[in-house]
Amino acid sequence: MAFEGLADRLQSTIQKIKGKGKVTEQDVKEMTREVRLALLEADVNFKVVKDFIKRIKERAIDQEVMESLTPGQQVIKVVKEELTTLMGGEQSKIAVADRSPTVIMMVGLQGAGKTTTTGKLANLLRKKFNRSPLLVAADVYRPAAINQLQTLGKQLDMPVFSLGTEANPVDIANQAIEQAKNNHNDYVIIDTAGRLHVDNDLMAELQQIKADVKPDEIFLVVDAMTGQDAVNVAESFNEQLDITGVVLTKLDGDTRGGAALSIKAVTDKPIKFAGMGEKLDELEAFHPERMASRILGMGDVLSLIEKA
Amino acid sequence: TKTRSSFSSKINDLVAKYRKVDEDFFEDLEEILISADVGVSTVMDLIDELKLEVKRQNIKETTQVKEVISEKLVEIYYGDDDEAVEELNLQKDQLSVILFVGVNGVGKTTTIGKLAYKLKEEGKKVVLAAGDTFRAGAIEQLEVWGERAGVDVIKHSAGSDPAAVIFDGIKAAQSRKADVLLCDTAGRLQNKVNLMNELTKVKRVIEKEIPGAPHEVLLVLDATTGQNAMSQAKTFSAATDVSGIVLTKLDGTAKGGIVLAIRNELEIPVKFVGLGEKITDLQSFDAQAFVFGLFADMLEDDDQPAK
Ligand SMILES: Nc1nc2c(ncn2[C@@H]2O[C@H](COP(=O)(O)OP(=O)(O)OP(=O)(O)O)[C@@H](O)[C@H]2O)c(=O)[nH]1
Ligand SMILES: Nc1nc2c(ncn2[C@@H]2O[C@H](COP(=O)(O)OP(=O)(O)OP(=O)(O)O)[C@@H](O)[C@H]2O)c(=O)[nH]1
Ligand SMILES: [Mg+2]
Ligand SMILES: [Mg+2]
Repeated sequence: MAFEGLADRLQSTIQKIKGKGKVTEQDVKEMTREVRLALLEADVNFKVVKDFIKRIKERAIDQEVMESLTPGQQVIKVVKEELTTLMGGEQSKIAVADRSPTVIMMVGLQGAGKTTTTGKLANLLRKKFNRSPLLVAADVYRPAAINQLQTLGKQLDMPVFSLGTEANPVDIANQAIEQAKNNHNDYVIIDTAGRLHVDNDLMAELQQIKADVKPDEIFLVVDAMTGQDAVNVAESFNEQLDITGVVLTKLDGDTRGGAALSIKAVTDKPIKFAGMGEKLDELEAFHPERMASRILGMGDVLSLIEKA
Repeated sequence: TKTRSSFSSKINDLVAKYRKVDEDFFEDLEEILISADVGVSTVMDLIDELKLEVKRQNIKETTQVKEVISEKLVEIYYGDDDEAVEELNLQKDQLSVILFVGVNGVGKTTTIGKLAYKLKEEGKKVVLAAGDTFRAGAIEQLEVWGERAGVDVIKHSAGSDPAAVIFDGIKAAQSRKADVLLCDTAGRLQNKVNLMNELTKVKRVIEKEIPGAPHEVLLVLDATTGQNAMSQAKTFSAATDVSGIVLTKLDGTAKGGIVLAIRNELEIPVKFVGLGEKITDLQSFDAQAFVFGLFADMLEDDDQPAK
């Protein structure tokens, strides 16, 4: 396979140390080198990896590892602990506004999964919290984007607000809030068009929507397969919109998903949900600890620690 | 044929910023390439080779290293092949069938719209087949692209069998004496075995109807994707024998460097790049421009003093 887990990577180094009575700094250096490679292969941004390795080294050269009988396992444990802390605790809560409706804005790059996640979130809000959301078709650019959301609305039997493709997204958002008030929808989820973080005109459009509707949540939707560029995207969207959380999609694939770590590191905003499929019930709470294991190479890491 | 001179001159500018070929230089080079998603093992192999070459030729000045770098990089991309493989394999007096495959949201449908337009501009008669019967609004999306490009779209209703749509697409394209049939398929993640089998079945239908078809199987990759693109290339190739790559969303800040490793390891060439959402935003792949683009950032911070 293209990538091995961290445990596999460390095996030979661990083997070498086993025979020795003591772990040297050189040993730790070799181990952190493997950790670095594993993280880079998992698509964690190289700058984030750099900082991370620095912290790991400090802890690993610390007595706790040097004196341990199983330094390899100790290193993995330290790495996983640090990684889990960095990912933050579990935070799948969605804001509730003091005055109805609560407004959620979905933003992100093209094809990340915004429209699908809009449907999934609406489904979750109704199923779990008994809410009645209004979906808003504010993507007037992508061919058939409105049709896509309307189809999801039909599947969910939920209202979709649209003014067609000729209207301005800002007007669409504003009028949708009015309609939600009139029809007693307690949530409004605005599906916006995919855009590049460096597209000034389209980013300004989002800022205008934000200024007008004052959303309670702005979710940045990010594809879990994203590589090194995840930091640029997340940092830029966050700077321009001050996002409130992240939804990581397509985690049902076989990607390691190191982007999760990169995004968390540069925005310090919680990753709230994970998209686990194309269907409307495939949205889950995001589990930081599971993600840490996944980035490092799944269960083999845990089993290696347990063998310690 | 493409000249390599402009590429060399750009590499020249790049290395001119560094006075010495030392660890700093190689470290910067490594970071630049990793941040372009080239992939850590490819980058390390490359740097090792460069270091070896630098030592062998006793190179001290950066100006001398430039040739070596550009040679190595283009070599990594091309291997032993020549550059002709980037052309689309189109039949002369017969219908050419092109199948589009890839994971979710990478730009398959959009690329079909762009390519339909491009081929039509070249005087070809093009038909599209709406083989994504699964995703909400997928058929309507392709229809809009068909309208924009001014070509016919063959469709069934949502939820129907994709293989049946493609079959009808072939029949319709043949009876309309079309030159090219572009087949859309639903996005699918490569670890979904059932969905990958479905794709194999679609391809078999095409093979059965026209010997030698599909004439191209284009895997669409999102330039924003990291190392997982290698796994996509491997699995989609196994299922459908991919003949070329379309690298989309290169208008963003991602570099799509993983195609270097894919070309090197799996020998799948990039044929087109996507540079935006407009119908004209599709270009032929230019390896030199691409490889140079990987370094663009290294050149951009011009205000920094040379190391
Ligand atoms: N496997 C999988 N597919 C997903 C997931 N979320 C979204 N998708 C798929 O990804 C593709 C893109 O999803 P969309 O919801 O259209 O993405 P978008 O961000 O709205 O795209 P644009 O509006 O074009 O920017 C579709 O094929 C979805 O079915 C997920 O969690 N898992
Ligand atoms: N910026 C940019 N956006 C692109 C490019 N190509 C496609 N897109 C956008 O990416 C999003 C997804 O494109 P689609 O063509 O629907 O992708 P797909 O692979 O057909 O998606 P599924 O059928 O859902 O799997 C749309 O918003 C497109 O406009 C490109 O080269 N640059
Ligand atoms: Mg959308
Ligand atoms: Mg599509």
